[in-house]
Amino acid sequence: MIIRGGIVYDPANGIYGDEMDLFIDKGRMVESAKGEEIDARGLLVMPGGVDAHSHIAGKKVNTGRIMRPDDARLGTQPRTAVCRPSTGYTVPNCYAMGYRYARMGYTTAFEAATPILEARHTHEELEEIPIIDKGALTLFGNNWQVMECVRDKDLSKLAAYVAWGLRAARGYGVKIVNPGGGEAWGFGTNVKGVNDAVPNFDVTPAEIIRGLAEANEMLRLPHSIHLHFNNLGKPGNYTTAIETLDMLKDIKPSRMRQVVHVAHMQFSAYGGTSWRDFESKAPAIADYFNGHSHATMDMGQLLFGSATTMTADAPLEYGNARLTHNKWSNHDIELEESSGVVPMAYFRKMLVNAVQWAIGLELALLVKDPWKVLLTTDHPNGSPFVNYPEVITLLMSRPKREAEMATLHDQVPKRTTLAGIEREMDWTDIAIMTRAAPARILGLEDKGHLGPGADGDVSIYDLRPEEVDTSQDHALVKKSLATAKYTIKGGVVVSKEGQILATPPGRTFWVDAAVPQPEADRVMVDLEEKFARYYSVQMANYAVQDAYLPHGKAILAGLSISRGVA
Amino acid sequence: MSEAIMIRDAVCSFCGCLCDDINVEVEDGKVSRVRHACRLGSSKIMGHGRIQSPMIRKDGVLVAASFSEAYERAAQILLAASKPLLYGWASTSCEAAKKGILLAEEVGGVLDSTATVCHGPSVIGIEEKGLPGATLGQVKNRADTIVFWGCNPAEAHPRHSLRYSSNSSGKFTPQGREGRKIIVVDVRETRTSKNADKFMRIVPGSDYEVISALRMLIAGKGEILPDVIGGVKKVDLADIAATLKSARFGAIFFGLGITHSRGRYKNIDNALSLVAELNSHTKFVIMPMRGHYNVGGIGQVLAWSSGYPMSVDFTRGAPYFNPGETAACDLLAKRDVDAALIIAADAVSNFPHATAEGLASIPVIQIDPYENPTTILSDVVIPCAIAGVEVEGTAYRMDGLALRLRKLVDSSLPSDEEILTGILESVHRQRQRKANQGA
Repeated sequence: MIIRGGIVYDPANGIYGDEMDLFIDKGRMVESAKGEEIDARGLLVMPGGVDAHSHIAGKKVNTGRIMRPDDARLGTQPRTAVCRPSTGYTVPNCYAMGYRYARMGYTTAFEAATPILEARHTHEELEEIPIIDKGALTLFGNNWQVMECVRDKDLSKLAAYVAWGLRAARGYGVKIVNPGGGEAWGFGTNVKGVNDAVPNFDVTPAEIIRGLAEANEMLRLPHSIHLHFNNLGKPGNYTTAIETLDMLKDIKPSRMRQVVHVAHMQFSAYGGTSWRDFESKAPAIADYFNGHSHATMDMGQLLFGSATTMTADAPLEYGNARLTHNKWSNHDIELEESSGVVPMAYFRKMLVNAVQWAIGLELALLVKDPWKVLLTTDHPNGSPFVNYPEVITLLMSRPKREAEMATLHDQVPKRTTLAGIEREMDWTDIAIMTRAAPARILGLEDKGHLGPGADGDVSIYDLRPEEVDTSQDHALVKKSLATAKYTIKGGVVVSKEGQILATPPGRTFWVDAAVPQPEADRVMVDLEEKFARYYSVQMANYAVQDAYLPHGKAILAGLSISRGVA
Repeated sequence: MSEAIMIRDAVCSFCGCLCDDINVEVEDGKVSRVRHACRLGSSKIMGHGRIQSPMIRKDGVLVAASFSEAYERAAQILLAASKPLLYGWASTSCEAAKKGILLAEEVGGVLDSTATVCHGPSVIGIEEKGLPGATLGQVKNRADTIVFWGCNPAEAHPRHSLRYSSNSSGKFTPQGREGRKIIVVDVRETRTSKNADKFMRIVPGSDYEVISALRMLIAGKGEILPDVIGGVKKVDLADIAATLKSARFGAIFFGLGITHSRGRYKNIDNALSLVAELNSHTKFVIMPMRGHYNVGGIGQVLAWSSGYPMSVDFTRGAPYFNPGETAACDLLAKRDVDAALIIAADAVSNFPHATAEGLASIPVIQIDPYENPTTILSDVVIPCAIAGVEVEGTAYRMDGLALRLRKLVDSSLPSDEEILTGILESVHRQRQRKANQGA
């Protein structure tokens, strides 16, 4: 395939809006090729979008669907000769997820939180999502085995367990959510800070986070730890964020990447002592990121309208439900996690919501290096992913921000710095935040760029970067980004002007980290006891079987390099 | 005689407990011994009276046919119908459910599961209030207070108490049954109530009032309650409320005694609210006692495929859900469907009379390992291999946990998934033929 004459943004390869031809052969980018020609003359061309944090599959997503038939009705589209039916807005069915990402020009998305015990369910749904490549992060932050290894300061055993857990879950990386809090929630309480002891386990959240970060680097995993802070969603929590980040700054990364990725930073950049004096502390957070290089974040941008909050932070969800008097689902997972789901609506005239909206934008605009900030809405917590074009235009256009702010609660300029921020992002910033940076942060070497050997994932938009004024013509930009002119996945045109043309199955990436046998054996002794006494399933039935990843793609890592490369 | 093969840790595909510690001995390709399973599970795994061959009704009599003839006839029935019902799905794998949903989309039918006559009201309650739940191991390790409401696991889920609930032990519950308070609420004494510390016998149909009274007592508004609620003295109820509030970790398991008595989904709605409120005082979870082993699984697969967990109408091309309108019983009672495929469920034995009559008046395709009352009114009968005994696959436990079913022995019969694929292919062929004739 040849893509002719596009204006290409491929920041990972130092290409910033150059006119060039692109070639794809056998699903990969190459230096020259023959075949189908696509006329992209003058149009915006980028690598396929990569979403590093989105709740797209598994028990809590399906719980969202089951408790929200109201939401399912919003996105209804009948089946076609190519497509299965679509339903849902904040909690779309599996098919709609694949089609909607593809229509926007995205070709990869990672599920952000899966307990090992329930990973089989996650993979059942991931496999049902068409077109896009996927992966799932695995939850470790409230796991009994993890906490016991941390308590015993047995780092090599912890690393061996993490490797075992990733393999059992067919997971991609280490996710930590409200460490210790999920265990405390098992008896209805929470932890209040990183140095608060976890009931019954004689460890603190700080020790859990540090232990997992060190184990993560021992195993040389492609991704760093992926962290949802303690105290998320609470006024004044920015101090927890900075305190947590600061205790990780001396850890050496094992690869060319961050040591910690912060999930949905917006929800942890809050000042004030209560909702009454709630305010943005985005500038303080941005200062920290500008001054340090061991951390990256994704925005977790909130947009007005309907959302469904879903997280392994179960006490937070109980709080959400009590605060809004909304329906509440909770799901504790034995020995591993807890979680919750609560429908939500965000309002322009609600001061707290309006400030939250501003915080996400402040974070992205105040952090100078776009490689440190990914564009996400923490789908569907802040807003569904279909609204990414809205976020992009807010970042690219100050007039749009001003117009939006005029419709918000009038206290927003006093509680945030957004009104004074002049920065308007360009296509390079956007290509980094939606393509190059998420791929680099996840450690996906063949994603997020268009160099030879990269996956043949390309998005072409009906926009002329050399002509369009992104500051003024934001409505046009938003419309064009919402529906790619072409989305090419693995060298196949999967979507053209919003019409899905092909639905190839996507691959599922997971990490197979090797550990020395004696370490693996030591873990096994502990696990045999846990399965005999505590788990409600047998160890033989615990790990995800190969049958659930017919399109699985293992990425090798680990303590031993003898296993070589894939 | 060949030596017995021992298969360890097999998953029992009988009830929603999905016990996964079953050891099975296989000799000469047959199950010779089953260990750890309860009587119900054992009986299923050991096997009993099966339909041997596909059958098609000719001149009023079911006569043996080949599988391909049966698929062709089934496809004919589905294509001739303007609104076929595809019902059952509780006792087969998720892999079969996926094919069934595809078939329902293809022929423009309504797909519903046995939940509609079971925990369907629970699903509607959850749509109203959400489900504050947990995996069963969380209850095993933590619960010091357990309530069984309108359910009788001692008879229906025989290993539930030992593996997961009242008599199990775990990290924070080392004393097992001794360390727990067990409360049973029912309209009659049961084997489960005999294991209880407190049996609260209520007047039939008064579940809603009793739950409301508990909510008021827990909210500290007991003074305005009458002296007797649902046949229970207020002082006794106040005792129960105090027990619930002082639990360290409480769990409520509920069954059809509350989902299908007066109030139906409102009872569940109320119970879910009770649990949400109890969490302001302590830790509490609630869980439906799902009956058939994979009735949870069809709900999960349907939800991720269509957005809705049951009663999904595909006749418009896009999924549409409105229980009361699109549920199997309503459709049949109103004679609103004109053909039915019944799979992995005995509809006739479990439907209300008017609904079963509705089924008798339309062409019926049955896919099942066993002959049952539904067979009597079926026009096409297709025997299948049994998931979890003869076929691998996925099932979801009553707490929503997915487990991999094993294949223990071979079968000469096709799986549900293969049968549905066969029908789907016949549908495509017949459509193509018709299109060619038209052209």
